[in-house]
Amino acid sequence: MSANNRARRTAAAFQNYAVLIVAALLMFAPIYYLLIGSLKPSSEVLNGFAGFLPTDLSLDNYVAVFRALSSDASGYFWQFMANSLLISIVVVVGGLLVNSLAGYAFSRLEWVGRDKVFILIILLVIVPFESVAIPLMALMQGQRDTLLVQMLPFIANAFSVFLFYTFFLNLPKSVEEAAHLDGLGAWGTFFRIVVPNAKPVFATVAILTFLSSWGQYLWPSLVTSDPAVRPLPLEMGVFSDREPADWGQVFAFGTLLVLPVLVVFLIFQRYFVQSVAGSAVKG
Amino acid sequence: MASPVSTAIPSSQLTVRKPRFRWRDTRDGVLMSAPAIIGLIAFVAVPFITAIVLSLYNVQADMAREPRFWGFTHYIRLFTDPILSGTFLRSLLNNLVFALVVIPVQTGLALVLAVLLNRKLRGMKFFRTFFFMPVVFPMALVAVIWRLILERGDDGLLNASVSVITGGLVPAHDWLGSSATALGSVILLSIWQGVGFQMVILLAALQEIPEERYEAARLDRANGWQQFRHITIPGIRNTLIFVTLLTTILAFRVYDQVYILIRTAGANEEATQTLLYTGTKAIFSENNLGRASAISVVLFVIIVIITLVQRGLLRQRSEG
Repeated sequence: MSANNRARRTAAAFQNYAVLIVAALLMFAPIYYLLIGSLKPSSEVLNGFAGFLPTDLSLDNYVAVFRALSSDASGYFWQFMANSLLISIVVVVGGLLVNSLAGYAFSRLEWVGRDKVFILIILLVIVPFESVAIPLMALMQGQRDTLLVQMLPFIANAFSVFLFYTFFLNLPKSVEEAAHLDGLGAWGTFFRIVVPNAKPVFATVAILTFLSSWGQYLWPSLVTSDPAVRPLPLEMGVFSDREPADWGQVFAFGTLLVLPVLVVFLIFQRYFVQSVAGSAVKG
Repeated sequence: MASPVSTAIPSSQLTVRKPRFRWRDTRDGVLMSAPAIIGLIAFVAVPFITAIVLSLYNVQADMAREPRFWGFTHYIRLFTDPILSGTFLRSLLNNLVFALVVIPVQTGLALVLAVLLNRKLRGMKFFRTFFFMPVVFPMALVAVIWRLILERGDDGLLNASVSVITGGLVPAHDWLGSSATALGSVILLSIWQGVGFQMVILLAALQEIPEERYEAARLDRANGWQQFRHITIPGIRNTLIFVTLLTTILAFRVYDQVYILIRTAGANEEATQTLLYTGTKAIFSENNLGRASAISVVLFVIIVIITLVQRGLLRQRSEG
């Protein structure tokens, strides 16, 4: 009977792997197409299955992208990259600081009006940025075409405050109380005791913020027109719309757009996966 | 650090205030939360109220004419005007169809993948990496990769595949341009990008179900489907509702891929336009800030209703 059982188990495992392999191939196909296409002559990228074959590979497309984007009229590739990096770094670092402090104030300090303000934060979690983007654009006309206008709206984030709040609430209180007895104030306790013990939630918020910030499209398309402040994803749209289209170059551009995130993801994937799973804490 | 501030409070106030609040905490609490609160008021609350106010005015994006109070005219026109309502109601319908297809398909697919990955076999982390990878792709890039896959001629990868599978019987199809398949194409690439996100959340929930429950079920000779139906599904019910809520809201926020595909890839505008697309178009093509704001408010109301309904569902189920 146990031999029979083992045979059945092996068959089930085999079936499991078969389905997973097919699914993984289908999921990976568009990514493979992007990577291979970026290395192929442009005429072959959009040419049926020829676009899928790893033949005639070279880095010509990458060279051509840097060459095409190297004048004031077209903008500079490194400028777009630097804009995206700068915006994302400021939004992530600023967001970690501002939202974690607020999360701590709501979860641990007992202050006048706290509960009422917290209800306001919870209500704001529901407001999607997309529904305020258009009026916000009208309000920020004066700051059009700056990097600042692309950073400021995303630093304070109600959902991040909420993630920090729930994490701090579940930290054991005893350590903080010992810190209080040692004469540390709220700020000292937060920076010296709480922050070192809250690395998972900082990683979660950093990753989720970075992912959404790096891919930002709607907001920059509303508030920028100057290539000097344009972020990479927005230029992706502009670059792919040039006539005549050069698909090899477009794919090279796309690879350069996603590569930084992909590398960070492959190195820290455990944290990415935990972050996404952790973002599902139910309110 | 013994603060002189606390002694400066009149004793009458101290007795009125609830004893659990402390003055020093109030100073620190307000200072610590102020940056986030100011940011949220300035960049969420104020523009939100502005949207409501602007939606009641006939106001242009460039303010070339003096704004005029219009009451609910924008809303009435959006829903009843013979010319305007066609586009608006179609984009609302597209959002609804998008949501109604994506929610079951994407959640179902994510659940199947999560269940497959939850088996105790070697290499599951490797597969998880593959399924999650598209999540880190910016939508602008996803749209460009897929427009080539869906390209109308024989050169498109999908058309080439169909041709090979059917032995050349089915001619090349314009997936994005045809009104019948345009929205389906947008849905397909959106699911490709998003399914890994749901899968990871569901996988985490599956791993929380205690193994003993399955062992007990096996002792009772429950088969695989019965175990799935009576242990797995109830065990992740709240997470399933959460994932559905998330997917619904995301379905109403769809914009990037639609904009790029319509503007640069010849996607069928009528069949793929969403509320946000129609809203931004009202500003850029029609210079109409009032109507764009009204569309934003409608979008918000829809999302609030969905959230409330599903929150209610969550509460009801977990109490029942």
